[in-house]
Amino acid sequence: MEIFDFYRKDRWPHVFCPGCGNGTVMNCFYRAFSELDLPLERTAFVGGIGCSSRIPLYISSDALHTTHGRAIAFATGLRLSKPDLKVVVFTGDGDLGAIGGNHFINGCRRNVDMTVICINNNIYGMTGGQASITTPHDFLSTTTPFGNKEYPFDLAELAVAAGANYVARWTTRHVHELTKSIKTALQKKGFAFVEVISQCPTNFGRRNKMADPTQMLEWFKESSVRRDKVRTAAVDHFDLNMAGQITIGEFVDRNRECYEELIGVEKHG
Amino acid sequence: MRTPRGEYFLQGNEACVEGAMSSGVRFFAGYPITPSTEIAEGLAQRLKGTNGVFLQMEDEIACISAIIGASWGGTKSMTATSGPGFSLMQEAIGYAAMSETPIVIVNVMRGGPSTGQPTRASQGDVMQTKYGSHGDYQVIAFAPASVQEMFDLTIESFNYAEKYRVPAFLLSDAEVGHMRGLLSVPEQLKIVDRKEKGLKRADEAYDVPDDLVHPFPTFGKGHKAMVTGMTHAEDSRIEPEDVKTHQELVKRLSEKILKNRKDINKWELVSPGSKTMIISYGSAALGPKEVAAKDERVGLLRLKSLWPLPEEPIYEVANQCERILVCEMNLGMMYWPIKRVALEAGCKKVELLSKIGGEPPTPSDVRHKLRGMGAI
Repeated sequence: MEIFDFYRKDRWPHVFCPGCGNGTVMNCFYRAFSELDLPLERTAFVGGIGCSSRIPLYISSDALHTTHGRAIAFATGLRLSKPDLKVVVFTGDGDLGAIGGNHFINGCRRNVDMTVICINNNIYGMTGGQASITTPHDFLSTTTPFGNKEYPFDLAELAVAAGANYVARWTTRHVHELTKSIKTALQKKGFAFVEVISQCPTNFGRRNKMADPTQMLEWFKESSVRRDKVRTAAVDHFDLNMAGQITIGEFVDRNRECYEELIGVEKHG
Repeated sequence: MRTPRGEYFLQGNEACVEGAMSSGVRFFAGYPITPSTEIAEGLAQRLKGTNGVFLQMEDEIACISAIIGASWGGTKSMTATSGPGFSLMQEAIGYAAMSETPIVIVNVMRGGPSTGQPTRASQGDVMQTKYGSHGDYQVIAFAPASVQEMFDLTIESFNYAEKYRVPAFLLSDAEVGHMRGLLSVPEQLKIVDRKEKGLKRADEAYDVPDDLVHPFPTFGKGHKAMVTGMTHAEDSRIEPEDVKTHQELVKRLSEKILKNRKDINKWELVSPGSKTMIISYGSAALGPKEVAAKDERVGLLRLKSLWPLPEEPIYEVANQCERILVCEMNLGMMYWPIKRVALEAGCKKVELLSKIGGEPPTPSDVRHKLRGMGAI
């Protein structure tokens, strides 16, 4: 499929700022999707509220742009009522991990067949740069003008613990690995979760001495450590900051029976 | 699998389950809450072995979100809850109104605010149903007063939700939900299905003009549907900054319901033309009904639908009587819109019998109040 057939050209220009990581993730997703030769008209895209949650509206297929935090709950209903549809959720750190945290962990646990891609830019970008649940410790935002005193969530480890069938984390610096993981996630039966650490130069980088998106990509490159080669003890993995590291890689790849199989809904067609 | 023709002795909540099954519900998501739980339990049983799905979610927000998602998959979807769960659902009720998603929400009302009286009846959520989510929107709500109506009005809720692409509510209460009584199921039931984009079926939903209710673009059928809770133009393009787009959309969402008030509203009249008329609904109307049946000086207008406000029957009743008594199980909610219509109709004496605490007003409560008004 040609890239311009994949997107809704009539919806452009898009809302993303120059240097935003969303374009990179969209490109990787398109590449994975078209290399697998999946039918676009049999795929529905679901988003919550936020920058990354706008992506479904730019893809040339059925799109459900929902309320803040509830994308996985909407996607669960859609998928179970129409099991012949592939369901892909685009979400962000605030949408998925803060307001939608309960739906996220229960989605992993329920293991309904869907691919969830979380673009984690460590900030509330659309509302102008407030601290999120993944803002690293001591970093600046408009709501943490003296440094963030909280510690960030590790969304990927959370998904592993909650029972997702596939979990991977990459950054926008790791486009090949990311594309490969999205491919695996799209083929995976059950709940597949791909977290992408992404740059928001406008609202995160600018306040943290990385106003140039390339500086952020450099930061990703330098702090990324493969999960099997992490520098600190497992207990410190969550400490995603400059002094620490960004744990990347495939976290889990397993084949628990998905919910559709367990309740026999796939036969409905 | 619909309920076979016949006579049944059931609980109100069980009759609601049968009404939903007979309407063709294929997706239910629920969260345990008294006094509505029997509906979830019943559908967990009844949906098994059909091509439907029963789902217990992590909270009520997830329930209503899931049924909206399921509705876009093209299935008739429903949830059931009570006060605290209903409060949680408000954000997605606005979403369903804005995105024009047909869903049915059953609220078996209990005493509030907050956790209040989990096992006791109330009618404290009637305003929240219409005004609970932010922004301007209209919904459809029915108020059953018997086991039979739990069945009949569940079907109507589905029919009108489908016909007008709107969230429809069954506003029951702990009294009606838990009462036991006879249910008579006829051979023929009127079932309405939503008008689908690109299809033309012999269904009354297709009679509604397209400029008022757009045909429904079911997911997975190549429509490239774009569903959003943001202000959107006719072609679903997001236009949150455009004044005209917002005006057109939000006005249409209201008009499609208000213009069809006569089609939607349902009521029962006992002794019309009486000098004193009681206006009531749900289990609060049971005491007044007994009084009106025995006392010729008193009549009753029992509203079977609450939203959109049945202005025509209220106006007609108010136009012909000397005084009105509004009877409800809250501190006066429907009293105010009813009084507004009554004043417009020229009836100046509109009083309120309000009873909270969980017991519906008894016939003697009603007679006592009527004596105080000089009506009997």
